[in-house]
Amino acid sequence: MSIKEEKWFRFGKGLSQKRVRGLTVASFILPLLIWSAISYLPLWQPEMEVVETGDTFYFEKGDRVDRETFRLENEKLTADGDVPMVGKRVNPVYFPAPHQVAKALYSAFVTEPRREGDPWFHESVAHSVRVVFWGFIISSIVGVPLGIMCGVFSFFSKLIEPFVEFFRYFPAPVFGALAVAILGINDAPKVAIIFIGTFFQQVLVIANTTRTVDFALVEAAQTLGAKPGRLLFKVVIPAVLPKLYMDMRILLGWAWTYLIVAEVVGTSTGISWFINQQAKYRMFENVYAAILVLGFIGLGTDMILGAIGRELFAWEDGKRSFFSRLMNKNKPTPAEA
Amino acid sequence: MMDIPNKLNLPSYKEQAPEVKERLDFIKSQPVVLEIDNLVKEFPTEEGVRRILNDVSFKVHKREFMSIIGPSGCGKSTLIRMLACLEDITDGLILLDTYPVTEPGADRGMVFQKYTLFPWLTVKKNVMFGLEVANKSKFDADREALQWLDIVGLEEYADLYPAQLSGGMQQRVAIARALANKPKVLLMDEPFGALDAQTRAKMQAYLLQIRRKIDITIIFITHDLDEAVYLSDRVLVLKANPGEVQELVEVPVSRPRGPEQFLSPEFLTTKIHLEELIHPSVEESKDDFKVVKMVAVEAE
Ligand SMILES: Nc1ncnc2c1ncn2[C@@H]1O[C@H](COP(=O)(O)OP(=O)(O)OP(=O)(O)O)[C@@H](O)[C@H]1O
Ligand SMILES: [Mg+2]
Repeated sequence: MSIKEEKWFRFGKGLSQKRVRGLTVASFILPLLIWSAISYLPLWQPEMEVVETGDTFYFEKGDRVDRETFRLENEKLTADGDVPMVGKRVNPVYFPAPHQVAKALYSAFVTEPRREGDPWFHESVAHSVRVVFWGFIISSIVGVPLGIMCGVFSFFSKLIEPFVEFFRYFPAPVFGALAVAILGINDAPKVAIIFIGTFFQQVLVIANTTRTVDFALVEAAQTLGAKPGRLLFKVVIPAVLPKLYMDMRILLGWAWTYLIVAEVVGTSTGISWFINQQAKYRMFENVYAAILVLGFIGLGTDMILGAIGRELFAWEDGKRSFFSRLMNKNKPTPAEA
Repeated sequence: MMDIPNKLNLPSYKEQAPEVKERLDFIKSQPVVLEIDNLVKEFPTEEGVRRILNDVSFKVHKREFMSIIGPSGCGKSTLIRMLACLEDITDGLILLDTYPVTEPGADRGMVFQKYTLFPWLTVKKNVMFGLEVANKSKFDADREALQWLDIVGLEEYADLYPAQLSGGMQQRVAIARALANKPKVLLMDEPFGALDAQTRAKMQAYLLQIRRKIDITIIFITHDLDEAVYLSDRVLVLKANPGEVQELVEVPVSRPRGPEQFLSPEFLTTKIHLEELIHPSVEESKDDFKVVKMVAVEAE
């Protein structure tokens, strides 16, 4: 650290490790603070929860009442000489406080399903993960090689991409009914929806990424005697791999977004089923817990994949491969003999 | 311009000291490695076919160092890329050891101006690439790669990645990688063009040194006349629109070469002659001026 104060805002420049970590934490703490403020401070809280019923006939303990209604009722009770209700200001039931959701994050896992034979929460989560996993894997097994071939050979690009370009404008959910008719009501149509949602984007994205490979590398390999097979497997694919890996992480995120649609196809299953159930019982803290679990799985997977990627592609010199190569010229050459 | 050598009291570039003449005659008596015969290159453009190279013919002998110079856009890169078969031949023949070339191969190694090391391979693995193509055993490839790295003076960098190397070092690895295949001819397209003057001078010294150590024929494109004279046995001068051979100049500078020769009379007179050859004629400069004026008018 220099004595000079480091500036927070500099065009196109990074920040110190310490600040990066601080900002990352803040990016989660800030929304949590806002959520807490709205939950615990009388900022919004448009309703009253009845704590003591007093002499009212209309409301029971625990009821949530519009503040205006509550005031009118209490005015009437006081005017009639009855005991007024006692209440506390609360947010609507669909806006639970952080501690309630935190509790639900634990209790959702240990609460027995309401009906015999219904899945536990963790089973619902596993079910969702399974559907996304298979949809994405099957899509990738076909889509990645196809995308690479389109990126390398104009033949495949011109033969395949126009139709794929057209097909990807069909929203995947419109195939729900068809998928059920063809594949039955089990997981197959759900996997199919994830597949349709991912595959067509995947082919185009991977083809475009493959086209960004520096063709000079291919030419260099040719002058070293490499023939087409080796050019593909030892030059194009290694060259495209870091970006392809990045694409796959983004595509996996897209696959997740199709999950909720896929899960209501046929019989409702997985986390969507759980969310709908809990919303029906008005257990909104469980709804939020389930949504958070989805987020944690998504973010967790991406972070793990990111860490693996940094290891695999260390030769890129981190994210600065492009800049580092530019800057190599200015760097003092290490012991140039 | 024409009489500068006279004014400076320099000899003609055609005057060769006996040992220089002997060396050049010896080179020309060697077998022809590469014969370029009436080579034509045309590119289709919107206004129709454009001829970039027209009837280019020359021969390169074993162990010769030939530079190619010419005005920018005259087709030097196109020519060398055709030699490597990275560009289709419109008409004419390229014979390597008397056989016409049809596709890229390890017998014509190439070093590009752009850095083209494979960034995902270590320095050593980069050099091993061609050896593995040639089906050498892992052990042999490993050993030979290290030998080649030793020749370019980078053995201790064997396990680094290209991104960790300076531009000059990357080009030296690229040279080692091309040489490891024992090509019949090494094609170099402005290999030092992206380097700063100091590194460039070092690289020239390296190249001369490598050439002394091993048996290699080199075709070297440059736009730096000093470089061309300093390194070459002969310099092929192209003219532009369409690219045609203007003159094949024999360099009357003795070997071994060293920086002190930059100021020798034979060096200067050759350089001045090359300058005159590629300097645009008065007519052309007028054209250039017209274009500049047109652009200026349009800009307003
Ligand atoms: N693929 C192509 N299609 C059409 N024209 C091309 C193509 N490649 C090169 N040319 C043209 O051919 C001419 C020669 O190009 P080339 O790159 O061989 O020149 P050069 O002598 O290497 O120039 P420089 O000294 O700037 O490197 C240029 O006018 C260029 O515009
Ligand atoms: Mg060029």
